[in-house]
Amino acid sequence: MKIELDSKEMRAVYTEGLIQLAKNDDRIVLCESDLMGANGTKNFKKEFPERTFDVGIAEANMIGVAAGLAAGGKIPFANSFTPFATRRCLDQVTISCAYANLPVKIGGTDPGICAQLNGGTHMSVEDVALMRAIPNMTVFEPVDAEQMRQAIPQIAYNGKPTYIRIHRTAANTVFGPDYRFELGKADVLRDGTDTVIFCTGIMVIRALEAAEMLAAEGISAAVVNIHTVKPLDEKTVLEYAAKTRAVVTAENHSIVGALGGAVAEVLSEKCPTVMRRVGIKDRFGEVGKLSYLEKVMGMTPADIAAAAKEAVAAKA
Amino acid sequence: MDINEKDYLVGKATDIRALALKMFKEIGKGHVGGAMSISDLLAVLYFKRLNIRPEEPRWADRDRVVLSKGHAGPALYAALALRGFFPVEECLTLNQPGTNLPSHCDMNRTIGIDMTAGSLAQGFSASVGIALACRLDKRDSKVYAIIGDGESQEGQIWEAAMYAGNQKLSNLIAFCDNNGMQIDGTTNEINSIEPIADKWTAFKWNVITCCGHDVEAIDAAIAAAHTETERPTMIILNTVKGKGANFCEGTVASHSTTVNQEQLDSALAALGRN
Repeated sequence: MKIELDSKEMRAVYTEGLIQLAKNDDRIVLCESDLMGANGTKNFKKEFPERTFDVGIAEANMIGVAAGLAAGGKIPFANSFTPFATRRCLDQVTISCAYANLPVKIGGTDPGICAQLNGGTHMSVEDVALMRAIPNMTVFEPVDAEQMRQAIPQIAYNGKPTYIRIHRTAANTVFGPDYRFELGKADVLRDGTDTVIFCTGIMVIRALEAAEMLAAEGISAAVVNIHTVKPLDEKTVLEYAAKTRAVVTAENHSIVGALGGAVAEVLSEKCPTVMRRVGIKDRFGEVGKLSYLEKVMGMTPADIAAAAKEAVAAKA
Repeated sequence: MDINEKDYLVGKATDIRALALKMFKEIGKGHVGGAMSISDLLAVLYFKRLNIRPEEPRWADRDRVVLSKGHAGPALYAALALRGFFPVEECLTLNQPGTNLPSHCDMNRTIGIDMTAGSLAQGFSASVGIALACRLDKRDSKVYAIIGDGESQEGQIWEAAMYAGNQKLSNLIAFCDNNGMQIDGTTNEINSIEPIADKWTAFKWNVITCCGHDVEAIDAAIAAAHTETERPTMIILNTVKGKGANFCEGTVASHSTTVNQEQLDSALAALGRN
């Protein structure tokens, strides 16, 4: 299959989206904790210096200040690397944002193996599981620039604390200009009858590639992008589970508690189905380039295809 | 402050204490110590200093109060009810099933509460955020934050203090309820926060220290804070934990204690209330 990279990095698309919103809405503000360079948000500060609050290296305070800005009527976007935007300040996110039900938008960059050379300390394998367990929280992970572009206004105005898991560099283009994004609604990228791959983030392009590999072997695989892990589009999950009876999840995260966990929870209660989870297998990360890490973690298209074949074989 | 005003505020502080104690007795227990120690401050805020509209609790230009030591919520609920935000009778639902008055402050449940707090130090960061929002909107609103001395052991207090000082957030006025006690003992025994005034000065705050049970002194400190244009102000209130609850005043155990009818009657008699 032909794979093309988006012309813009995801962090640039994110920042442009925020700038666009901020031009028309003075409630949009930015909170940072000394990672504006990495998060790519410096252009926001150039346009709106008075609406940019870089608190320095103090993530707990960043989240608390963001919650206060929200209580004061603003719509703050607060960013850091995924581990520092979530587990580092989990109680602040839980109480000051979610329990208070304030519309703080938390941007976590470099999710999972995307942390690459920053290694295990910076490689969040658990952030989605943590965020998903918090009541009131919406959890979103974009696939590409087009999806991100359309998601930002919907997230800004959903009135909820929301976690956005952002792959910093350029993504593979999956969606064209005709795409219409809806927060909370899964996107069927490829239909199929033998198995379904529910996937998110950087795993979507790998799932599509896996589907091609499976097709070559006569297995018809559906590929469904679950960009909003919470609230989960249960209807689509159940529909494709019932249709294929062999489910695979693929995510750039621990297989514990995130997309794989969410799908398993729904299916075990409402439509018990053979299932395999592709992702980081309950272990910490390590340093390495993406090409190395996806192999060592078992997250390549071939790994997804193998999991799908196992699921298909198991349902018989 | 003239004598009439002083008597009025002292009376309000006593009313807050009496009502809070009735609330605790109704459910049988509560965070008595830290509620009693801020009652005089709440009287000055709610019955003199705050620019608020009980009939329009979300009025955009109101002054804000963030009780970061959220466990003292019952004293704040008493002040809010006495100021007319909700019926005084509702106070007796404290911590009863389905109540709008939980132990720790919840902005989505209680009319007049500006920020949810209870996990210590979080409300203080939020008060910085609210002050930044007010400044951005060019509002004259003041943001009043109340923290505890024990709470000051949390690192997040100092993260927020550093940022507010550097931001020159003069619309933020904080109070430290310096009652010298925390759950496991005195603050000096556990992990002393002294020299507290020097710490806040070092974090670029305007620091005022006064007696936290003298309404005139509290009011004068707030008046001085209002003249400050370059720095946030920290008013350190030297207080007695459990002040006015004669069955536990000045004890570490007052932090969270049972309150029975006999204790309530005794305290109310000493306060001159019924």
